Amino acid sequence: MGIVHGEEMVLNIGPQHPSTHGVLRLKVHTDGEVVSKIIPYIGYLHRCFEKHCENLSYEQIIPFTDRCDYIGSMNNNFGYVVAVEEMMDIQVSEKVEHIRVIMAELNRIASHLLALGTFGMDVGAFTPFLYMFRDRERILDLFEITCGARLLYNYMWVGGLSHDLPVGFVEKVYKFLDYFEPQLKEYNDLLMYNKIFIERTADVGVLPPEVAVNYGVTGPNLRASGIKWDLRKNESYSIYDSFSFEVPVGKGQMGTIGDCWDRYWVRAEEMKESIGIVRQALKTLPVEGDVHEAMPKKIRPPKGSIYKRTESPRGDLGFYIISDGSPSPTRVKLRSPAFTALGALSAIAEGWMISDVIAILGSLDIVLGEIDR
Amino acid sequence: MVVDQLIEWLGSLLSWGPGSPLIFLTAVLIAGIPIFLLMAINALVSVYAELKISAFMQDRVGPMGQGPGLHAGKWGVLQTLADALKLLSKEDIIPEFADRKLFIIAPFVIFIAPFIALAALPFNQNLLISDLNIGVFYILAVGSIGVIGIILAGWSSNNKWSLFGAMRSAAQIVSYEIPVGLSIVSVIMLTGTLSMQGIISYQEGTILGILPNWIIFNNPFSFIAFFIFFISGVAEVNRTPFDIPEAESELVAGFHTEYSGMRWSFFFLSEYANMLIVSGVAAVGFLGGWHSPISGFLESPGWGLFWFFFKIGALIFVMMWFRWTFPRLRVDQLMNICWKVLIPIALLNIFGVGIWTLLKG
Repeated sequence: MGIVHGEEMVLNIGPQHPSTHGVLRLKVHTDGEVVSKIIPYIGYLHRCFEKHCENLSYEQIIPFTDRCDYIGSMNNNFGYVVAVEEMMDIQVSEKVEHIRVIMAELNRIASHLLALGTFGMDVGAFTPFLYMFRDRERILDLFEITCGARLLYNYMWVGGLSHDLPVGFVEKVYKFLDYFEPQLKEYNDLLMYNKIFIERTADVGVLPPEVAVNYGVTGPNLRASGIKWDLRKNESYSIYDSFSFEVPVGKGQMGTIGDCWDRYWVRAEEMKESIGIVRQALKTLPVEGDVHEAMPKKIRPPKGSIYKRTESPRGDLGFYIISDGSPSPTRVKLRSPAFTALGALSAIAEGWMISDVIAILGSLDIVLGEIDR
Repeated sequence: MVVDQLIEWLGSLLSWGPGSPLIFLTAVLIAGIPIFLLMAINALVSVYAELKISAFMQDRVGPMGQGPGLHAGKWGVLQTLADALKLLSKEDIIPEFADRKLFIIAPFVIFIAPFIALAALPFNQNLLISDLNIGVFYILAVGSIGVIGIILAGWSSNNKWSLFGAMRSAAQIVSYEIPVGLSIVSVIMLTGTLSMQGIISYQEGTILGILPNWIIFNNPFSFIAFFIFFISGVAEVNRTPFDIPEAESELVAGFHTEYSGMRWSFFFLSEYANMLIVSGVAAVGFLGGWHSPISGFLESPGWGLFWFFFKIGALIFVMMWFRWTFPRLRVDQLMNICWKVLIPIALLNIFGVGIWTLLKG
């Protein structure tokens, strides 16, 4: 911005910093307030997930997938069990599929609430963050009555689920959805259409579609750049093709397509779509049926490999599993959507101010547990 | 006023004569005690109010533990006292590579600004330390001492976040002093005096028999001037949406990142005292000071004290309301608002007030 270029200052944002969403270190070169170079350093949360998997049986891996993207654990379970089931050619019952979709979509709402809340906090709005956490708690309560856990569920098992739905679950979900839908409008009025928030996020950190594709950015971040890519539609898995829902894409209402505001807006819209999916799934949810029905006695996928990707709240969550026919996999590779999103950070945030870098980082919605694995 | 009386009284008591510098010094020191108490009580009450107001705005209950009650306290009314005691008992940490002298001085410099500014704030008809004939000017002038302390704190901490906070703060406070000053100019043009009591006594009576004769209602330009003053005042005291010098999510804690314990509490104390002063000047300059909202109703000195603090409290509440509603501006947007919006409007306002008074006669 300035013509006079003085000496650059190297600034370490993190690993302990209020806005790095975990333990991320950004080495930032600054010229005054303007950031000229960003180098993200990761690995502070590395716990050998992939190596660990090679020494565990298939069912023992499921709790470890919880701990990758700990904000969207249900979706991690989902992606993993879908991959293993496809390897073993297991067909699960309609009931199990419905419950899985309900759980995954509720989890998506919870994850987006956290993403938007922390994004708001990164630009200085503290109250919406607490409102969103309050409502996220209600979803966690629903999970708690189902499987006993509030964060790391270990709920979806290969061929079934750990528990059937508890009595009164459906009514409680309906009650929550009826409560939650008007709340969305309140959040949007409070934060999304706030003049200061628009000033801070519109036209800031624009992620052009070409750059997004080149960096392998997926999920809401890619959709905010205007590319309609949602695995629930494009590569439908489970029973997603039997539900009708829209895939919101960024339109650049407040600025350019792919700016921080669009990334916020896409997530806000996706929550509405998820509510719709949950409502449809609740309507067609079969009452009878055993959720343990299709569970195999021994999980030994035949020799071979599979790459299966599903739409987690952060994007394409891919599991690449190689089996040699033994009880534990030879290799498990997790393709992390948050990792690719973080990769694009330096491409879009350089040249902006420190405050903007924090806002852009917040808008990308990264989870370090998944990046470091 | 209080100082003058003290000097007279001490002079007759100690028989050194009222002109003695020693008497003057003693009187000033004695007058300083209530100011300090006021700042401390203000911080205790405001922090408690902030905790509770933010809690209610955010669907929480806020502090409930400390204080009198049946068991384990009720409403947490003594929460801030407990916090203060905790701060007093904390370890005093000075970073190894900090500039020790400046690091120690900085909180006191920041503290001095609101401390001496309070001397010119009239609390009711009789209660003020000194009715300076340049009262408003004095408050605005000494109020800017604080920025020196902020730069000292940011620089001496030897921390990059602190430095960023200090640089932002310097730019912000120096810029926003201009719209503050310009909006006060329109008040001075109407009243023709810089004395705080003079400004307040100008606002006696009513307009058209309904509205109180406050400067905010005097003419459309002074109405706008109030908002310019208040917005700039919020920026002067580093409150959200203008809290970029201590932006938590960006700069950790800005210029006071390295401060802890009692030294940190001085920053806190002066932040709330600054809020009191900005609200106080707004109340004096635009909202009739200690005058009752209904002319002639409850106008005694005791009620004057009540009305003054009522107005201050209302303005401080609005500041807290801002803080728990708005996101934070970016540093360049902050400057844009100041230089491209507030200052041009304030300048036009001065022009408008001039024409208004000329036409009105």
